[in-house]
Amino acid sequence: MCALTRGAVLRARKKLSMCAHPMSSIRHGSACAPLLYFRYIGISIRSQMQYRASFLMMSLGMFLITATEILSIWALFSRFGSLRGWRLEEVALFYGIVSTAFAIAESVSRGFDLFDRMIRTGGFDRLLLRPRSTAFQVAAGDWQLMRVGRLAVGLIALTWAGLKLDVRWFPGGLALAALAILCAACLFYGLFVLQATLTFWTVEGIEIANCVTYGGNETGQYPLSIYRPWFRKFFVFVVPLACVTYFPVLAILGREDAALGTPRWFHAAAPLIGIAFLLVSLRVWQFGVRHYRSTGS
Amino acid sequence: MRPYLAVLSARFRMLLQYRAAALAGCATQLFWGLIRVMIFEGFYLSSAAPQPMSFPQVVTYIWLGQGMLLLTMFGPDAEVRAMIQAGTIAYELVRPVRLYWLWYCRAIAARFAPLLLRAVPILIVAGVFFGMRAPASRGCAALWILSTAAAVLLTSSVATLMTISLFWTISGEGMNRIAPAIIWTFSGLLIPLPLLPNWVQPAIRVLPFRGMGDTPFRVYMGHIPPEQALLAVAHQLAWTAALVLLGQWILNRGLRRLVVQGG
Repeated sequence: MCALTRGAVLRARKKLSMCAHPMSSIRHGSACAPLLYFRYIGISIRSQMQYRASFLMMSLGMFLITATEILSIWALFSRFGSLRGWRLEEVALFYGIVSTAFAIAESVSRGFDLFDRMIRTGGFDRLLLRPRSTAFQVAAGDWQLMRVGRLAVGLIALTWAGLKLDVRWFPGGLALAALAILCAACLFYGLFVLQATLTFWTVEGIEIANCVTYGGNETGQYPLSIYRPWFRKFFVFVVPLACVTYFPVLAILGREDAALGTPRWFHAAAPLIGIAFLLVSLRVWQFGVRHYRSTGS
Repeated sequence: MRPYLAVLSARFRMLLQYRAAALAGCATQLFWGLIRVMIFEGFYLSSAAPQPMSFPQVVTYIWLGQGMLLLTMFGPDAEVRAMIQAGTIAYELVRPVRLYWLWYCRAIAARFAPLLLRAVPILIVAGVFFGMRAPASRGCAALWILSTAAAVLLTSSVATLMTISLFWTISGEGMNRIAPAIIWTFSGLLIPLPLLPNWVQPAIRVLPFRGMGDTPFRVYMGHIPPEQALLAVAHQLAWTAALVLLGQWILNRGLRRLVVQGG
């Protein structure tokens, strides 16, 4: 994308006379994608901060809902003592990693989340005309700030687990946790992209995809070994969620894999599969774009 | 009475149209229920200590919760909100019906239609494949239906109260976000209420929220014995009456200061 010259961009803009679009303030921006992305994000954040009270209430609501989740985990541990040999602080580590990653993915993938609207209203036609890749434009289209509520709870859980657990955090543990969060965010992002890609065919957004996005978030909050075998396999081989949460946490805690018996070297390397998943998802997206037919509305 | 019943049945029939969406929703909720059942199975296998509820009871509780999830997912009436924002609320005021009961009937239809659409398939599938048990007895089943009806009345009274509060908040967005956290925690949707710590139990018993989920679920499985079930239903109805009276009082105050801006 960076290869496009400024002149080419300006010519394209003139041709399509899109200057009335709110994004026209980007006219003199460099043609480089990351910079343009942050300009888009900046606009999105500023527009959300126009409704400050609403933003605060929504973030607080998000914080409360997520907080009740972790409080209910705590309540269950205080009643049952342990979960198949796992302690509360270990589960808090799972919870922290997956919630933080999910909050990041959710806030940056908002454009894909709302993509079915774009298909229904025909707004996607407009994107096809612009001299940028469609995935880039959809990704940069919206950015949801209210997820800071979930992010805060995730970080609190991570910090608490970090202080409680007897683990050597420097430097390996910390690096692994950061890698796991990054890769888990990539995985969830990839799932949101796939969910949006489906709407090229279905037009309507389909709720069933929530099973692997929101359901994945729920599943990842607990160690994989507590689930039934078919369910474990699903979240390793179909949706590689375990690769970005369960295996790296095993590596951090220095525990053996009781669920699938994978070797130790794999635990630390497994998160990279999350990045691969995102790349594959983007390829599928491109395939979907080629099959796009406008609804005409 | 007749106009209210007409509103109720018209709304109900309209909402029953969304069957395809409901079916997709059912699949999602079955998946969720399975995750939750496995998590609780893990906890129950970890401790031999006696619990206030057995594992099969928790499984039934979870599936009833998934089946009746939409009962507790409510907020202010979206159409009334649009009317308040656009000023067309004035039309509502000139109708020859009492505004409170009109809105209350709309709220009941909004709870009841999705409840039927989702609860029936979910409970059947869960009963056949996923270990949900039948009601403890025929008496329990009858009391369960009674208690579920009371739960619909109770949640509708809270939803109407939220709708009325739109006179002051206009957007209702904040309420929409904060209410679920409280309702889900204290109605048993998150984890069965008997499993919450003992020190919160007295508060749970007094608050209205248990009547939105926990009460009918436990009546179903006989966890609340039939002889106490009527008392539990009375708790639901007492809160409903109180919230209806409160709603009417607040609505009258709201109408007195209401200014409809021309548009």
